[in-house]
Amino acid sequence: MGKLNIVGAINSALFEEMGRDSDVIIIGEDVGRDGGVFRVTEGLLERFGPDRVIDTPLSELGIIGAAVGLAAYGMKPVAEIQFMGFLYAGLEQIFSHAARIRSRSRGRFSVPMVIRTPYGIGIKPPELHSESSEALFCHMPGIKVVVPSTPYNAKGLLKSAIRDPDTVLFMEPSRLYRSIKADVPDGDYVVPLGRASILQEGKDLTVVSWGTMLHKAAEAAEGFDAEIIDLMTLKPFDEEAILTSVKKTGRLVIVHEAPRIAGFGAEVAALVAEEAIEYLKAPILRVAGFEAVVPMARLEDFYMPSLERIKKAYERVMRY
Amino acid sequence: MKEDILKYGLPTLTRKTLIDMYAMMLRIRMFEERIVDLYPEQEMKCPVHLCIGQEAIATGVCLNLRKDDYVFSNHRGHGHALAKGSAMRPLMAEFYGKVTGCSRGKGGSMHIIDVENGILGTSAIVAGGIPMGVGAALASSIRKEDRVTVIFFGDGAYDEGALYESFNFASLKKLPVVFFCENNFYATNSHQSARQSACRISDAASAFDSHGVCIDGNDAIEVYKAAEDSINRARKGGGPSLIEAKTYRWKGHVGPDADYEKGCRPKEELLYWMERCPVKVMREFILSRNAATKDELAEIAASITDEIDDAVKFAKESEYPPLSDLLTDVYAPVKEPL
Ligand SMILES: Cc1ncc(C[n+]2csc(CCOP(=O)(O)OP(=O)(O)O)c2C)c(N)n1
Ligand SMILES: [Mg+2]
Repeated sequence: MGKLNIVGAINSALFEEMGRDSDVIIIGEDVGRDGGVFRVTEGLLERFGPDRVIDTPLSELGIIGAAVGLAAYGMKPVAEIQFMGFLYAGLEQIFSHAARIRSRSRGRFSVPMVIRTPYGIGIKPPELHSESSEALFCHMPGIKVVVPSTPYNAKGLLKSAIRDPDTVLFMEPSRLYRSIKADVPDGDYVVPLGRASILQEGKDLTVVSWGTMLHKAAEAAEGFDAEIIDLMTLKPFDEEAILTSVKKTGRLVIVHEAPRIAGFGAEVAALVAEEAIEYLKAPILRVAGFEAVVPMARLEDFYMPSLERIKKAYERVMRY
Repeated sequence: MKEDILKYGLPTLTRKTLIDMYAMMLRIRMFEERIVDLYPEQEMKCPVHLCIGQEAIATGVCLNLRKDDYVFSNHRGHGHALAKGSAMRPLMAEFYGKVTGCSRGKGGSMHIIDVENGILGTSAIVAGGIPMGVGAALASSIRKEDRVTVIFFGDGAYDEGALYESFNFASLKKLPVVFFCENNFYATNSHQSARQSACRISDAASAFDSHGVCIDGNDAIEVYKAAEDSINRARKGGGPSLIEAKTYRWKGHVGPDADYEKGCRPKEELLYWMERCPVKVMREFILSRNAATKDELAEIAASITDEIDDAVKFAKESEYPPLSDLLTDVYAPVKEPL
């Protein structure tokens, strides 16, 4: 057992999975010699060599497309895209191919690849360096979407993602990369995809969140008897965990950084409306980003759901 | 004019052009150096990609452009904007995240815009401006306006597929566009030879049946001549060109520090290119031809210092955007209730 931050935890998952399975390879811009923009792949080139840690030209479509081909061939590529906003240049290969090859080949081929990318507001540059567009990917059949929130689940989830037989988008919260240090077991363990974790049990109110926002949602819950669910996998998501909790508390607040309109919170709210409406004591609320391009500086702080905004939502549902 | 030709060897290269080029290069250099000085105060709210060492390119190209010609820039765009005519105040204010900035303090250094001077907007996406630039050139061709579009990009953008799709289309339609590659040999810390098999960027032009040249990007006169040729060609309906200008950035990929300390690149490489400083080369040329005196050049520097002082003061004293600005400019303003 050692203390690691999320960068270290992901790095150790990559080390272990590459050691365990020679088909696992890394591909991306500056992932080898440089160890990646956030140094997540540091040391892998030295340990596994240039056939398994591949520095590419600056070409997102090429990286993802090559990873699709590698995966269909039978390898297990882990592609890194430097920021979530740069993923858009490679969408065609994700949406039109990675997501459909299993179906298109009637199950004969699959694309067991992972796309790792930092997401969200974190390191200050505005716009495309701060994207949180998970809902786009959740919408597309054939892709799984995972968002870790701690060093422990980052490592365990990435291992599951690498071993998963289908394409997984692994969204790393850039703001949390080095801000949390926690115990991470040395040996092999996995955190299964598709299952949420209960960060804190409570009776009055269910809070659903993921990634960076989970921590704000938890902080804001001080003084409330809140049950906090870390969704971790958005697609496919743990419907049962949410329904069980809401049936107990009768109240639901969803907190995410992405814009509210057609954000993933809407999917969670719809599930509860469809399956548990008779248990609800209060309207379902979402605390989310705005319908805006992430700006810089002071406006950026305003964009992020703040403790006050989250608390207000908790207070509001508690009034019912 | 005749005398100028005898002295400097080119019909278009008058004494005034030489001095203008020197002044603009120095203006870019001093502007960037001021950012280096101020950045540690941590009041600038965005990452900055400085173009120190590459000033001859923006200068040599933009001096050939009209105000209504278009320039598409990239993340390393301060020099392009200044050379195309941008004032220092809105640029500096933008870096400080102030509402008086060219992007209303919402975009920072990578999102420079100056519509009056033909810079329609910039983003951080490598090669993102290339297809848009071709679209602008297509528009001017459809409307039969004799405007030329210059698209600046780095050797890194040469890796992206967007360039090839755009070049092919521009060539097919004989569009008035100049693809200008500033080859500083690196994309972040990755050397050109680690990303490209041939490393002959300008040769790509021949695949598109277009004009391509490779030039010394630290020699403003050479840049000026090559740009003049391609821009004239574009304006006369001769179609696109690709100019590759070899140069070197003196600072790290991002931020105010040199990067050899961090082991990103060899120090000798930087020293080699600093010897071939574009500002120095131009200064020596001017003095050797007696095109200006040292005192005259010193006056230019002094007035640039004043301009920068004023821009910094303006930026620091300006207001931050109001919080309500977060929600503006996502869509056209709604005039009637929906
Ligand atoms: C599509 C995309 N991929 C990656 C990046 C990250 N990035 C920003 S600048 C840069 C290097 C660009 O190199 P080059 O085009 O040569 O320009 P230079 O920085 O040398 O001026 C990279 C990789 C990005 N901004 N956009
Ligand atoms: Mg470059």
